Amino acid sequence: MMATRTLPENRILQALEDQDTTVSFDDPLENEMVLNMGPQHPATHGVLRLVIRLDGETILGCVPDLGYLHRGYEKLAENMTYFEYIPHTDRLDYLSPLANNVAYVLAVEKLAGIEAPPRAQYIRVICAELARLASHLVWIGTMAMDVGALTVLLWGFREREKIQDIWDIFTGVRFTTSYTRIGGVVHDMTAESIQATRDFIAQFPQKLGEVERLLLKNRIFIQRCEGVGVVSKEQAIALGMTGPILRASGVQHDLRRDQPYLVYDKLDFDVPVYNDGDSLARFYVRLEEMKQSAKIVTQALDAMPEGPWRTDNPKKVLPYKERVYSKMEELINDFMIVNFGINPPVGECYHAIEGSKGELGFYIVSRGQGSPWRLKIHAPSFCNLQALPLMLKGQMISDVVAIIGSVDPVMGEADK
Amino acid sequence: MTSEGLKDGFLTTRLEDIINWSRKNSLWPMPMGISCCAIEMMSFAGPRYDVSRFGSEVFRFSPRQSDLMIVAGTVTYKMAKVVRKIYDQMPDPKWVLSMGACASSGGMYRSYPVVQGIDLFVPVDVYVAGCPPRPDAVLKGLMEVQKKIQRGEKPGQKVSYIEEHRERKTARETAVEA
Amino acid sequence: MKEKLLEKLRSKRNDSILTVEEFRGDVVITVRKNDLPDICRFLRDDPELRFDCLRDVIGVDQYRPEDRFEVVYNLYSLPHNYRFFLKIRVDEAALTVATVSDVWPSAEWYEREVFDMFGIGFEGHRDLRRIYMPEEFEHYPLRKEFPLMGIPGSLPLPQK
Repeated sequence: MMATRTLPENRILQALEDQDTTVSFDDPLENEMVLNMGPQHPATHGVLRLVIRLDGETILGCVPDLGYLHRGYEKLAENMTYFEYIPHTDRLDYLSPLANNVAYVLAVEKLAGIEAPPRAQYIRVICAELARLASHLVWIGTMAMDVGALTVLLWGFREREKIQDIWDIFTGVRFTTSYTRIGGVVHDMTAESIQATRDFIAQFPQKLGEVERLLLKNRIFIQRCEGVGVVSKEQAIALGMTGPILRASGVQHDLRRDQPYLVYDKLDFDVPVYNDGDSLARFYVRLEEMKQSAKIVTQALDAMPEGPWRTDNPKKVLPYKERVYSKMEELINDFMIVNFGINPPVGECYHAIEGSKGELGFYIVSRGQGSPWRLKIHAPSFCNLQALPLMLKGQMISDVVAIIGSVDPVMGEADK
Repeated sequence: MTSEGLKDGFLTTRLEDIINWSRKNSLWPMPMGISCCAIEMMSFAGPRYDVSRFGSEVFRFSPRQSDLMIVAGTVTYKMAKVVRKIYDQMPDPKWVLSMGACASSGGMYRSYPVVQGIDLFVPVDVYVAGCPPRPDAVLKGLMEVQKKIQRGEKPGQKVSYIEEHRERKTARETAVEA
Repeated sequence: MKEKLLEKLRSKRNDSILTVEEFRGDVVITVRKNDLPDICRFLRDDPELRFDCLRDVIGVDQYRPEDRFEVVYNLYSLPHNYRFFLKIRVDEAALTVATVSDVWPSAEWYEREVFDMFGIGFEGHRDLRRIYMPEEFEHYPLRKEFPLMGIPGSLPLPQK
């Protein structure tokens, strides 16, 4: 059943030839060529390799080649405890690290049957939405840069530096934070960090308005993105797309609203859905999402209750550090949890959140030990990249960059 | 190069020194941005930690036009071939800065597909530790490469180590403050 | 929704269902491996069920002497906003499963990943190649006997 062993490059070229290439366009040159858009390329958003079959400038078919950043996440998870794995989840979608921590910890808490206290849940919502903002700021910078507007990259990074300053104040690290813990968060959100977040959100809509005015009135940008890379609603669902690009094809689906987790059912926000399915619609969806995220953060900051930020469950949740250093039982619990793990019950469960790229989910199979028996990461970028051959078919070679920019893949999670 | 000479309107120096000075102040990096460190490298080139004031105005993504390769991110076996190919395409003299823990030693990934350090297949000049290193740390790494160039050392031979600098207060100092 | 799903599945093919488990609100239904394509087509096309979205295909190595591997399908119904998991057991002696990529096109890459990591073949798959590891790699990394650090010499490295 398995094919005979041939050279790897031949297998990719064979796959490229086997693809359905019925594309009709105006003046075919009758001169086909295979182009390698290699793993090292300024516009592929990481190490994505595309082998493209061209007739002149029009694309007949494309085969993405992944695996250049495969780091063995799932095998690593089987060999370390649930706590030790939290820093690894940071590096999955490395543009929004806090959101990945939240996703993983929610899955483990579901398996172990723990619930974090309300204050911790509100803090996690703020973290996830700030992470979404940071990720979309990089997206808007790189997509505009790929299309040609270099100013927006620097503006996006200027705003992102402000968010990273906020993270620096309240988690201690600029970038890969590992802020959440099973049962709560590491430490409380101080008044200083709350004020910093409020100041940032207060000036953010005006900065976003500047970017909008620069891009959306620009005829070149609109023409490069409109009608490019169209995906219809049925194709989007069948190909398993998720996240903003699914909503840009007219599908009303957002996990924060449909299967709410944390305290999203208590917050009021809109979910933008556009029907065109082209790159411009994807752009609009993410732009609206940024505005909604700012709204959610303001509501969460206003509604955050006082209280503990970690549950009190000695067998499964790490105790507060000052008690560990002064009391005996907490010291023993800390030792047991760090060295032997939390030992959730035998079973398997799945939990997903709406990350900035789509549905980020963890499927954990547990056999009652400190480390999972099997951990599967459902990475949204992996699902979205599957639709790339369909989006690229029939487009020009210069549209590849705009399309990849609008899909916004992150290879850290696509390759796991 | 002395300042007395500058007062008269000319200065005398050795040819090697002036060549090294101009090389170090116009290092054009080739960003081999692979994973998370690439984002910190973008910040390092961004508006706050501006690297163009060090002479690296253009980030040339073409290896033929660059002289410093910044390897930022985890290098897997599948990617190692590509990194080596790009290193071979760069014209001499070329320097390599290994950014982050993953490029320097495999980082937190002791697993089957990750190369445990790029110095297994590429000669490295400066290692910058951190996961990811702050952009200031990478700037310090760049300055160390510049010092190496000014000293006239051959690329890829001697290696120096940089760590993220953190202020640690001793127990006595914190007790005094409290 | 769970009751409707079970009732419809039982009325169509009662002998296929091996077990029904529920843990923390997630329903996992194990069916017979040979009936998989029919059941999948039924789940997608039936107007009351409409499971139009295959979210993931997950391979698990349970490391037991018989029925060593399991393949879990993460199915989601957009109209009804309901998710459940369909599981089949694969024995090491008969390591092939019929593909579902003609029912849900998103299964192509998910099945390639299961093939790459576990070695489970999928009959009828259009393009079954490795997806993460290089094509010449000869082992299957996520099997339990494969060591975490890999097998020295199994992956080539360029010369310094």
